[in-house]
Amino acid sequence: MLNRQGRPTQGTASAQEQHPTFTGNKALQQIEPLIFEIGHHETTGVDIDKPAPFKARLGQHARQGEIGLPGLSEPEAMRHYVRLSQKNYGIDTGLFPLGSCTMKHNARLNEKTARLPGFSDVHPLQPVSTVPGALEVMLELSHYLMTLTGMPAVALSPKAGAHGEACGMMAIKAAIAAKGEGATRTVVLVPESAHGTNPATAALIGFSVRSVPARADGTVAVEDVKALLGPDIAAIMLTNPNTCGIFEPQIVEIAAAMHEAGAYFYCDGANFNAIVGKARPGDLGVDAMHINLHKTFSTPHGGGGPGAGPVVLSERLAPFAPVPFIHVEGGTPRLVENAADAPQGNAPFGRMTAFHGQMGMYVRALTYMLSHGADGMKQASEDAVLNANYIRAGLSDLMSLPFPDHPSMHEALFDDEWLKGTGVSTLDFAKAMIDEGYHPMTVYFPLVVHGAMLIEPTESESKASLDLFIATLRDLAMAAKGNDKERFTAAPHHAPIRRLDETRAARQPVLKWVRPAPVAEAAE
Amino acid sequence: MRYLPLTDTDREDMLARIGVPDVDALFSDVPDGKLLKAPLDLPRAKGELEVERIMARMSARNVAASSVPFFVGAGAYKHHVPATVDHLIQRSEFLTSYTPYQPEIAQGTLQYLFEFQTQVAALTGMEVANASMYDGSTGTGEAVLMAHRVTRRRKAVLSGGLHPHYTAVVRTLSEMANDDIVALKPDVAANEDILSQIDDTTSCVVVQSPDVFGNLRDLKPIADKAHAHGALLIAVFTEIVSLGAVVPPGAQDADIVVGEGQSIGNALNFGGPYVGLFAAKSKYIRQMPGRLCGETVDADGQRGFVLTLSTREQHIRRDKATSNICTNSGLCVLAFTIHMTLLGQAGFTRLAEVNHANAVKLADLLAGVKGVSVLNESFFNEFTVKLGKPAAQVVEALAARGILGGVPVSRLLPTAGLDDLLLVASTEINTDEDRAAFVAALAEVL
Repeated sequence: MLNRQGRPTQGTASAQEQHPTFTGNKALQQIEPLIFEIGHHETTGVDIDKPAPFKARLGQHARQGEIGLPGLSEPEAMRHYVRLSQKNYGIDTGLFPLGSCTMKHNARLNEKTARLPGFSDVHPLQPVSTVPGALEVMLELSHYLMTLTGMPAVALSPKAGAHGEACGMMAIKAAIAAKGEGATRTVVLVPESAHGTNPATAALIGFSVRSVPARADGTVAVEDVKALLGPDIAAIMLTNPNTCGIFEPQIVEIAAAMHEAGAYFYCDGANFNAIVGKARPGDLGVDAMHINLHKTFSTPHGGGGPGAGPVVLSERLAPFAPVPFIHVEGGTPRLVENAADAPQGNAPFGRMTAFHGQMGMYVRALTYMLSHGADGMKQASEDAVLNANYIRAGLSDLMSLPFPDHPSMHEALFDDEWLKGTGVSTLDFAKAMIDEGYHPMTVYFPLVVHGAMLIEPTESESKASLDLFIATLRDLAMAAKGNDKERFTAAPHHAPIRRLDETRAARQPVLKWVRPAPVAEAAE
Repeated sequence: MRYLPLTDTDREDMLARIGVPDVDALFSDVPDGKLLKAPLDLPRAKGELEVERIMARMSARNVAASSVPFFVGAGAYKHHVPATVDHLIQRSEFLTSYTPYQPEIAQGTLQYLFEFQTQVAALTGMEVANASMYDGSTGTGEAVLMAHRVTRRRKAVLSGGLHPHYTAVVRTLSEMANDDIVALKPDVAANEDILSQIDDTTSCVVVQSPDVFGNLRDLKPIADKAHAHGALLIAVFTEIVSLGAVVPPGAQDADIVVGEGQSIGNALNFGGPYVGLFAAKSKYIRQMPGRLCGETVDADGQRGFVLTLSTREQHIRRDKATSNICTNSGLCVLAFTIHMTLLGQAGFTRLAEVNHANAVKLADLLAGVKGVSVLNESFFNEFTVKLGKPAAQVVEALAARGILGGVPVSRLLPTAGLDDLLLVASTEINTDEDRAAFVAALAEVL
């Protein structure tokens, strides 16, 4: 049987035998072909008039031949992408408890302000005199970020969290070089429990990486750090609250030990949303920390970006901040785009990106901050932490906690000890959550915990929503411990698609659509 | 606070269930004296109406591109984006979703990533493309690092026609990693001798076409010389629309192609977010940075898509990863893909034709202004004019007359001594009236 695109219908064999249809589609579970399978080379969904005859100035560079791309008319494109959207789960669909990813409500006011023409429709290189409002947004955002973190400077331009990590570590490297220690301080300490971006970032900019062990209670101990310190150590990259959802209790001592050894303290700020308005990194001894605007200040994640990763800097790193930045002199803001124009005492280490960074994200984050105010942001952090601990309390008798001795911050971490002997893995359990209408939690991260399940509800969830989630997970946990293995190992049963073969994708990479060979040839 | 669902009663009940007296008990790991007691010195929460007014007031202080005759380019371009694009990217299921870690409920995102990769490969004439970089400049930095991994050499040769901001991004990375770069001097006439810089220690040659001054460049001889010495050619473009009219870099034997995709589907946004395009020959896929989406099958044999080849990535390889990137410009990719789907090759080549026609018309008109000369032999939709005066002053004088007339070269290259040069871009948005106003105002201020 072929569907209307001429491809064989699929789906579960038994269902098909019982209910054969012409299309093989079931309600909203249509197979949506690729645009290359439904579009035509002569079709277009835009109306552009042919220009009057003119003498081209392309030299010998004029394109020969077709591009090989189909087009769709506007209604066809509309339907294609709406149907694709229906195969996606977002935070507006339901609880999205991805630990460390912070899937909180995305206010549409943020979208509305970001689309104001004075923000969305201005060019980064139009005369600075025509964009005072854009500079005002950047200054205001900087003021909020510095106040919330207790840090004296900020570099706005990094385009995502990991880009911010690179920016902070480059500032540290520049500061070390300025002291004449560039050749000797070449090692960065990174805890085993860190985000993978941390060691990757350190290596990217030429440091070598040494691991700090994670203690049995999920934290980093100052003695372990001290044991590794020496004249070769440039910095530590520590996440706080850490990836196990714990606030590092010895963070102040660790910072002091780093400074005493002539090294710097980079804080991975991915989890800053747990402590906004409760504690300031500047008070803890941090030298540099990136802030994921998308996580902490709710700019939408959009299927994995765009992000924005401004970096706050301590007094001793501030002079090295990259261009561009805004310098205020006598109350007048000035955009410094080149090192040569930098005010005296500044030695920018370079440039992270063309132009000024993620303006669209600055506007969204600032809108969020103005909406919440200082009181609302503090309350949001408290609620995020309260919600995580409420889930922990609701599940800890059934599911095992690797680190019971510390309160959870904004995320509750379980391991797979409780699944032992059931034949159900962490991944199976996650896939079964899909059938219950939930996006699974983060699984197998952090790596220091076996079969990790990291649940971050955020402050956006109501008590009723949490109660339902807890009840569902309790039900699933009982089923996993009972004899209902099929419910898990074959899950998801009710998603648009069944479990996907990821190994095959990696072994035989198919990374773009290729026109299939004509049927006659294929049969030979 | 309208975004917070918990009531005070809820909070009390929940604290009781957890078994702690107050919320600060959950912050007990924060060291003594470090838990803030006093509120921070920031304003209190504001209602929606008030926030809207504040943001609208700031927005109104800027001159929007649509409100004036507009000729600014140099790496970001004002194009018309169909209304459908912004509507579709605001669909909740796209806007509020995350990285597709659970492919069974993220097929929407994964399928558009796969469509995007196919489109980018076709446009650039390359074999494979990844699922986006932050932007063209950071993508160029990643391409250089990738060339270092492929060739096991650490010296990059950068054309003087590369956008100076891109050069700066590469330079920053190189200096930090103690790699070498040879950056040629900017040359408006594109007469630079790049071939003589290539030797057996070269890892890659980075050439932009159209270059930052607008010149179209012949990449094939550079590719040939690079390959003869075991080096790679990295071809860069900042205006994807040019590929509708000119020979794509893949047809000139480029090894890696990097570009800025903002022109398709994405607003100017004062510099970001944008979307980096990145394509390569398929033998290099395991050295590519960033995210890749691949086709596979589900348990029933039905086609589906997943993120793949993640063993290259930071969360697996840590300090041995091909890059530290763990996000992409997902939503900007979606905008690009939808706009490109609406265009199709028919619309895209027509768009390119109109862009070029408008630029040619403008160049002819400007060349007729006393004291102005157009410097390019060939160009697509952007070119360089020589004025008898510092271009920065001219641009300000034009702005005072309500015209955004281009980018002074001195803004990008303050120490190059090219102060009387102006980069002028023209796209499909420019009308005869816009051009006439520009020409009249320029004649007045010169």
